[in-house]
Amino acid sequence: MDFYSEKVMQHMRKPKNVGEIKNADGVGKVGNIQCGDIMFVYIKVKNDRIADIKFKTMGCGAAIATSSMVTELAKGKTLDDALKISKGDVASSLGGLPAIKFHCSNLAADALHAAIQDYLTKKGAASSATKKHPKTKR
Amino acid sequence: MRVYLDHAATTPVDPRVLAEMKPFFSQKFGNASSLHSFGREAKEALELARERVAKLIAASPDEIIFTSGGTEADNLAVLGGFDAARGNKVVCSAIEHPAVLEPCNELGRRGAERTLLPVNSEGIVELSAARKLVSGASLVSVMHANNEVGSIQPVVELARVARDAGALFHCDAVQSAGKIPADIKKLGVDLLTLSSHKIYGPKGVGALFVRRGAKIKPIVFGGGHERALRSGTENIAGIVGFGKACELALRELPRESKRLAALRDRLLKKLLEMEGAFLNGSKGARRLPNNINVSFEAIEGEGILLGLDDFGIAVSTGSACSSKKLQPSHVLLAMGRRPEQAHGSVRFTLGRGTTAKQVDFAAARAVDVVERLRAMSPFKPGQDLSAVDFGGHEEEVL
Repeated sequence: MDFYSEKVMQHMRKPKNVGEIKNADGVGKVGNIQCGDIMFVYIKVKNDRIADIKFKTMGCGAAIATSSMVTELAKGKTLDDALKISKGDVASSLGGLPAIKFHCSNLAADALHAAIQDYLTKKGAASSATKKHPKTKR
Repeated sequence: MRVYLDHAATTPVDPRVLAEMKPFFSQKFGNASSLHSFGREAKEALELARERVAKLIAASPDEIIFTSGGTEADNLAVLGGFDAARGNKVVCSAIEHPAVLEPCNELGRRGAERTLLPVNSEGIVELSAARKLVSGASLVSVMHANNEVGSIQPVVELARVARDAGALFHCDAVQSAGKIPADIKKLGVDLLTLSSHKIYGPKGVGALFVRRGAKIKPIVFGGGHERALRSGTENIAGIVGFGKACELALRELPRESKRLAALRDRLLKKLLEMEGAFLNGSKGARRLPNNINVSFEAIEGEGILLGLDDFGIAVSTGSACSSKKLQPSHVLLAMGRRPEQAHGSVRFTLGRGTTAKQVDFAAARAVDVVERLRAMSPFKPGQDLSAVDFGGHEEEVL
């Protein structure tokens, strides 16, 4: 059996949605330099859906493939549905990953969720700023 | 075009070696310990091979013990040498191959004091530190040349330091033998490891040189073969192949090492033209003639390896992602490289079949692969990544 499935190799060779989004609505950054896999996910949100999504990854074949796959899975989905995308979904959509590479699919899912959280946090902060009215001092 | 640039991992069996081995499977198949004619003809071949292996390192045939490979020879040297020596301290360099490091660690688990010799940023053992750290040692082990970065160690001086400290000195010459001269008299070592499959011989055979007068204990017990230092019916076909490989390596060494160094430098020049590409280890004479190890900033080694693999080019990497333990190269870390430099490292090792055409092809494809991965990376070459930590990354403990 090959180390990486054919699907993984496809996503590695021709990953989908590589790039940055200037003025992204949400940005998720995960990973650390010790382990050597780092992913950035950028999203554009319209009507509570992921209208556009891009990624940049420094990492092994599985890291690139899982980043690519998670952006494919998330594109066009509602934020709620996108938050439900799990590491298992990423791995199974790729036809499986070697056990030693499972942590890469965690990272990809985490990066997506972090981007959505970033959007929600920014949105929450913006709406609370407009709703704020001066309180009378006692 | 398939381009093999991973000769430090293994080499193809030379056709002349294969031809030498063939009779020993089904025709001259005897057990070298048998007294009849079948045994005698096997024994004759065994002893001829022993002479050839000995000649490669200017040793006497009776100083050569055949084993199942370099790893076993390293184990025999470390465990067997330590067992026979006085004292309870084992010393080895921080950049030894796991086949030396792990037996040293095992001795540590059994209660010995285990000390590592540090290396400088070029991957060379620091003599001043060694002089202090070797005191009280029973056994010292330092490789002749490192498998990852090709750095050639000051073995003559280290052997002298060990001798002055009353310690046995072992040298793993698995990567150096056949590429640079390895004369045991000049080196002054007590024990030296050789491996067949690194010099165009078959896998599964190696040897330990044991200097006349040096004492080791066996780690494999049985019928008393190899002066009772390594029992077991000899792998005659393999040993014959190993002997022939040594004969060819010795003969071709002067010419081949020059040819390889020129090709190495040709490839290295092209690779270093890329932005954010750095050599790991020394340049020139303190480096094996066939070894290149380059770190590419902002990208990762397994990605580079697979990218080159798609073009039919075989290399290896020191990245954590590519290792079984998810640890970056201990050699690069010992040299003071940062983790991201280890992760982005690629090793190219040239060999007998390497040509200028292959080297140029590999260089051109490497540029393509690096460019493609750089376009995907969140970082740019030259960026300081030492503090990068965005968390959210739990290791699946296996």
